[in-house]
Amino acid sequence: MRFFNTIIIAIRALRRNKLRSMLTALGIIIGVGAVIATVSIGNGAKSQVEAQVASLGQNIITVFPGSMNTGGMRGGFGSASSLTVEDAEAIQREVGGIVAVGPQISDRQQVLANGLNWNTSITGQSPDFLSIRNWTLAEGSMFTEQDIRSAGKVAVIGQTIAEQLFPGSDPIGQSVRIRNIPFTILGVLNKKGFNTFGQDQDDVILIPYTTAMRRVTRRDRLQQIIIQAASANQMALIQEDITSLLMQRRAGRDQDFTVRNQLEIAQAATATSRTMTLLLSAIAGVSLVVGGIGIMNIMLVSVTERTREIGIRLAIGAHGKDILMQFLIESIILSFMGGILGILAGWGVSEILSKYNGWPILVSSTAVTIAFFFSGAVGVFFGFYPARKAAQLDPIEALRYE
Amino acid sequence: MHPVVQLKDIHKVYDSGEVKVHANRGVSLEIQRGEMVAVMGASGSGKSTVMNLLGCLDRPTSGTYLLDGIDVSKLDRNELADIRNQKIGFVFQGFNLLARTTALENVELPMFYAPKKPSVKEMRERAMHALEIVGLAQRHDHTPSQLSGGQQQRVAIARALVNRPQVILADEPTGNLDSKTSVEVMGVFQRLNDQGITILMVTHELDIASFCKRNIVFRDGRLVSDTAVNPRHWAEEELKRINAAEAEAKLTGTL
Repeated sequence: MRFFNTIIIAIRALRRNKLRSMLTALGIIIGVGAVIATVSIGNGAKSQVEAQVASLGQNIITVFPGSMNTGGMRGGFGSASSLTVEDAEAIQREVGGIVAVGPQISDRQQVLANGLNWNTSITGQSPDFLSIRNWTLAEGSMFTEQDIRSAGKVAVIGQTIAEQLFPGSDPIGQSVRIRNIPFTILGVLNKKGFNTFGQDQDDVILIPYTTAMRRVTRRDRLQQIIIQAASANQMALIQEDITSLLMQRRAGRDQDFTVRNQLEIAQAATATSRTMTLLLSAIAGVSLVVGGIGIMNIMLVSVTERTREIGIRLAIGAHGKDILMQFLIESIILSFMGGILGILAGWGVSEILSKYNGWPILVSSTAVTIAFFFSGAVGVFFGFYPARKAAQLDPIEALRYE
Repeated sequence: MHPVVQLKDIHKVYDSGEVKVHANRGVSLEIQRGEMVAVMGASGSGKSTVMNLLGCLDRPTSGTYLLDGIDVSKLDRNELADIRNQKIGFVFQGFNLLARTTALENVELPMFYAPKKPSVKEMRERAMHALEIVGLAQRHDHTPSQLSGGQQQRVAIARALVNRPQVILADEPTGNLDSKTSVEVMGVFQRLNDQGITILMVTHELDIASFCKRNIVFRDGRLVSDTAVNPRHWAEEELKRINAAEAEAKLTGTL
């Protein structure tokens, strides 16, 4: 009951100084607002990166060729032409827990169609490529296993190709000439947009990998093999299986390939945005501490300024504990009020930024909860010293204070 | 019946490092229920120290103090706070009301710190009743800055009354007031005293002291004089006289 009274007393005291209370809370409002806004922007950026990584496909393991070493000259990563179609087939056959295997080879070529020409990436793929990459067709159909076996002259084109070479007409059934060989267009892919590295993913022509090797790149080695695992928690195991299988096929020769999984790539991509969020949160956290010191400052000033009031309260029967609780509750109310207004302000700022700058925003409930309780903790921490100082005043001295 | 206040051979020494200051050198005093006492003395005479001891704001170095039969010289800080809350009402020279707080909330304040706190409704009723006694019920929602000095002191008296104390201690209650308002405030004290409330006040003014029943004088930390007031002044008559004089001087009244 006494505690309840102290709350009433504290609220009455804050109400007597509305402007000062607001200004004191302002430090916390800005601090919490900044934390909420930066975390929202950071989370938004992170979720965007994660969405892009997910668009590369789920549970992907990629086998790259190793580096080539000819007569002491070492080529860079992927320079060796060491991956064969047989490697891909062996993986498909012998490694368990995988959904699909996609041999891949690509080349840049000038292509002709419809009286127009365009330089683009020709990639040889398997029919599974679309399911591995979570990609769908806007119209038409994908080439089939039959086309792989027969090295069929068929193609599926991206949106950019459709726009550049077939403006205003339906590309399905028309032909596109790659290295002067006519390919029949079977389908058009849905738009995928730019990837994390700024490349236009729709500027692509997919053809069967066998056709690519025989007629376009004229090489018998693959550039990479992408493998989709059935579940994320088996990826490490599958990665090991693939490595040992390929090593076994190389029968004692040096390892001339690298196996990577998508998580590593995703981690690299999210690391940047995470660092930025961390940095901004640290700055915002500093402003929260500054806000807390602001509260402490005002509470200390307030104790001095209200020495006489404290003297009156002590004279008419307040215990030291009552005074301590009053000042503590005042500072907690101030910081909680600042916390709530700060959350609303941070939210508002995030919404405005997302509306006018098009930044993706994700207001996380965890950040809101933590900010709320942290601001309360700031109130207790920075309010305690002034409150104790007030509680220890001597009533006679305090009453005499001018 | 035991006296309300009983001081027995009170000594108070302030020990500020090398110098020891003897503020009280053996004060003994008894105040009976229903008395109205003026405490006088030059500054440094030890009367403020005695008032602080009587108000349970301080403890004597030696000697005993029985307030309403309770030995308060051995109580701790919190117990003294409860005694102050329940048995003593304070009235100060500078009024000491909380600024920007209504008269009603100011009067309610002591009840907030009562060991057995009344309900919100009862607090309000008791505070309003105390304001009625001092004649300010219709001003209950005014803040101190909206009240005159005399009115502020009456609010302070209402605050001192609200916990039904054994004794009201007033420290130069008329020190900041003009002579007519001082008489009005003394009138309030006299009315309360007539209802049986014990009042102790420090004052420098002899004419204010003459409104009390008994005058005691301190000098050099000792009680040197203790006399009954005769003739005693009555605030009501004094006010009539002042009003008449003012009317004659055309300061107030009907033309």
